[in-house]
Amino acid sequence: MPDKPQGAPQIKVNRWRRFADWDERPLRLDKFAVEDAAAGFAAFSSPNDPKPGLEIESGKVKSMDGIAAADFDMIDLFIATHHLDLEVAPEAMAIPSHEIARMLVDMNVPRAKLVRLAHGMTPAKLAEVVAELNALEIAFAYSKMRARHTPGNQGHVTNAKDDPLQLAADAATAVAFGFDEIETTMRVARNAWSNAVACAVGAAIGRWGTLFQCSSEEAEELQIGMAGFTSYAETVSVYGTERAFIDGDDTPWSKAFLSTAYASRGIKMRCTSGAGSELLMGFHESKSLLYLEARCLCLQRGMGVQGTQNGGIDGAPVTCTIPGGVRELMAENLLAVWLDLECASGNDARPTESEIRVGAKILPYLIAGSDLICSGFGSILKYDNSFNPSLMNGEELEDFLVLQRDFEADGGLTPVGETEILDLRSRAVQAIAAVFEELGLSQPTADMMASVVAASGSEETRSYAPRDVSFISEAIKQRGINVIDVIRALARRGYRTEAQNLLNVVKLRVTGDYLQTSAIVRNGRIISAVNDPNEYLGPGTGYRLSGERRDRLMNIRDVLDRDEVLRNEARHAKTETRLIQYRTMGAAEPGKDPKEVLIGISPAFGLKIFRTLGGHPLSAVLDALISGIRAKGGTPRIVRLRHTADTSFLGLSAARLAGSGIGIGIQAKGTAVIHQRDRLPHHNLELFSNAPITTLEHYRRFGENAAAYAMGETPEPVVVPTKGQALGARFHAQVALIYAIETGLTEDGAAPEDVEIRLAEAVQ
Amino acid sequence: MTGKLTIMDYPLAEKRPDLVRTRGGKKLEDLTLAAVEAGEVALEDLRITPDALRQQAEIARAAGRPTLARNFERAAELVDVPQDVILRIYELLRPGRAKGKADLLEAAQLLRGTYKAEGMARFVEEAAAVYERRGLFSKRF
Repeated sequence: MPDKPQGAPQIKVNRWRRFADWDERPLRLDKFAVEDAAAGFAAFSSPNDPKPGLEIESGKVKSMDGIAAADFDMIDLFIATHHLDLEVAPEAMAIPSHEIARMLVDMNVPRAKLVRLAHGMTPAKLAEVVAELNALEIAFAYSKMRARHTPGNQGHVTNAKDDPLQLAADAATAVAFGFDEIETTMRVARNAWSNAVACAVGAAIGRWGTLFQCSSEEAEELQIGMAGFTSYAETVSVYGTERAFIDGDDTPWSKAFLSTAYASRGIKMRCTSGAGSELLMGFHESKSLLYLEARCLCLQRGMGVQGTQNGGIDGAPVTCTIPGGVRELMAENLLAVWLDLECASGNDARPTESEIRVGAKILPYLIAGSDLICSGFGSILKYDNSFNPSLMNGEELEDFLVLQRDFEADGGLTPVGETEILDLRSRAVQAIAAVFEELGLSQPTADMMASVVAASGSEETRSYAPRDVSFISEAIKQRGINVIDVIRALARRGYRTEAQNLLNVVKLRVTGDYLQTSAIVRNGRIISAVNDPNEYLGPGTGYRLSGERRDRLMNIRDVLDRDEVLRNEARHAKTETRLIQYRTMGAAEPGKDPKEVLIGISPAFGLKIFRTLGGHPLSAVLDALISGIRAKGGTPRIVRLRHTADTSFLGLSAARLAGSGIGIGIQAKGTAVIHQRDRLPHHNLELFSNAPITTLEHYRRFGENAAAYAMGETPEPVVVPTKGQALGARFHAQVALIYAIETGLTEDGAAPEDVEIRLAEAVQ
Repeated sequence: MTGKLTIMDYPLAEKRPDLVRTRGGKKLEDLTLAAVEAGEVALEDLRITPDALRQQAEIARAAGRPTLARNFERAAELVDVPQDVILRIYELLRPGRAKGKADLLEAAQLLRGTYKAEGMARFVEEAAAVYERRGLFSKRF
């Protein structure tokens, strides 16, 4: 502490209460960890990370990243054998890392050139390069390097009861919002087969092409795929240390074998990895998150999988506790696409309670685009998410739609209207009920179905409980029911469109077109990195919104337009004409009465606009002002000003005509000012700028104060208390539309007119 | 196989439906809802074929993705390997499952001999060598 000044009074305060305010914010529920490389808490680099390096001798790797071939662990062995392209490696490893980093953000260097170099680079080298980039550069490089041109998104469809009716309805809903893939999992493992059938049917409602996965135990997941219900898998996890891998009960070879098995069954597959998993499993070798993930990704490319789900995933929350953790998640996604893998870029497990951190986390991906921005987005409510809440959830889906509109960025989702959703949800529960009945699995009641169609989440449904579901699920499994049985059941019950939609998805596996990198189905066609490659080369290239796509993204609900504002006003006009009559009395002359206070009303006041933004009828507002003026002994006079609609000039013009030199200017939307004859236009006595929160009592006291000024007093200004509402966000669109009506009625040089009003008793 | 497919032939369903045959010799256009309802198309007809995987491998290679191509080629060899055999070998490849190198070599021989899965057999043999070197045959509890 500095020296104590002489004579200063002692201040006994032990806390600035703002800290107490901050304690109450959701952010403080998040915990943060110190950087501690030895304990594995280091995002981009650790003293224990190896230095990049590669020695090749007679066509074989002699050492990689400082480790001699004889000392390779099984991850090194797999990478050296299956990932490294030894023809490219000498060239790629020789380029200084900062130079490659610059190439990544250089729009003139084509993606293909960088992909080729990555295939000759070691994990430490790849990590060193992306560590050179700041967050903005990473996002830009990601946008340039991602494999598929068109961005997409993936959603979770689960619920807390494993209720198949709700799964079908929510799957149909997710499909309508545009998810390219949906993923389910269970609260109770044995319900997997029921979940699979319900989501497969739900995803066939409305359109076809949404790929579907049922995340469950490895062997069972493959069996469900074999039965034709699912079309992709992404639960094949890999890890960046040998011990974590073994602890996860696998090896690079077992996982590669499983990947090949999926391809042999015609099922799209990607691996899962991501920062923090080794840390959570306790086998991090004191290496940085980025370096370990670079190993995972080289491994995946070596395995020959088409893509990855990375960017933290289950490890995202712990990663976000570490300094630079969020930037690291972006960097590891960049590594994935640079290696030419499809990237389902995390934005998955909710890493924070702070909505600001949520919004900040998603933004770079939204504007950069990604093969699948989330992996996935919780299309259902947080409590219904059987994976755990996602970064974005059913609660926040509209926020995401608005972000797309704000940034004119395609996040893969599309606004859908209420009626359409209701129809699709009804159709979905009817279809799954028909399948259950047709296959003798269950007979849901009309009440169960109705409760699900309306329900936002499972707490509101009167439907199946997990135990009921387990009987259905076991029956599907035991009887060997497959997707053909379901297609036939749909067709028999008249759901021919849905039967065809489901058949179309199963047919994808005949050619295997959707096994190629970054494949999804759009408008009944496969698009992938092969036929829809990202070829960004600067402004004007790469993905841009088409006019048609832009129209759809802009079309969120409850959007104001001028006609609607006018229609609203017309409704109020009817009531107002019963309550107040305005009579124009001719040109207004300057007043002589020293107690006279003028009320200058705006051009549209009571003629085109009838309520303030606070919802008060203008008749009541005038009545309040007049009563206030009279209460203080003033004499009110009303003048309509037609040369201006600006509050300051309304007030000043009124003041100049007033016998007292004091005038009130008021716009139809309720913004009001007290002005004095000789003041500068914007130097008023009092101002009500927040019309939406200004009450009739405020207007009455405003009138009192105006009269007080007229009497030469200095009253306490009327302050309209604000709670900090974002009034601009709530009202400015309406304000701009209303104000245009006012300005449209102004006329240059039009003289002020005296106005007599007659108020109905109901107002007074 | 001609080995001449390029990215221009992709997607096969659109560009080269002439190349597509199901396991039972049906064409893509035969896989209609009516045929499913009539019982003429079963799940077996909707499986991928070794040919399709090799064609996709050619396309992947032409698109500059050799590791993906190799995976498709290995997968082509696994198409006819029964599910239980696949799951058994997968299990054997997990840490500590095989008691020794011989278990894996036996699995490799099964793939090579019974299913003509030469690439897959070599892959399992490679795993056997690595597991021995890294001590993964030690029993886990």
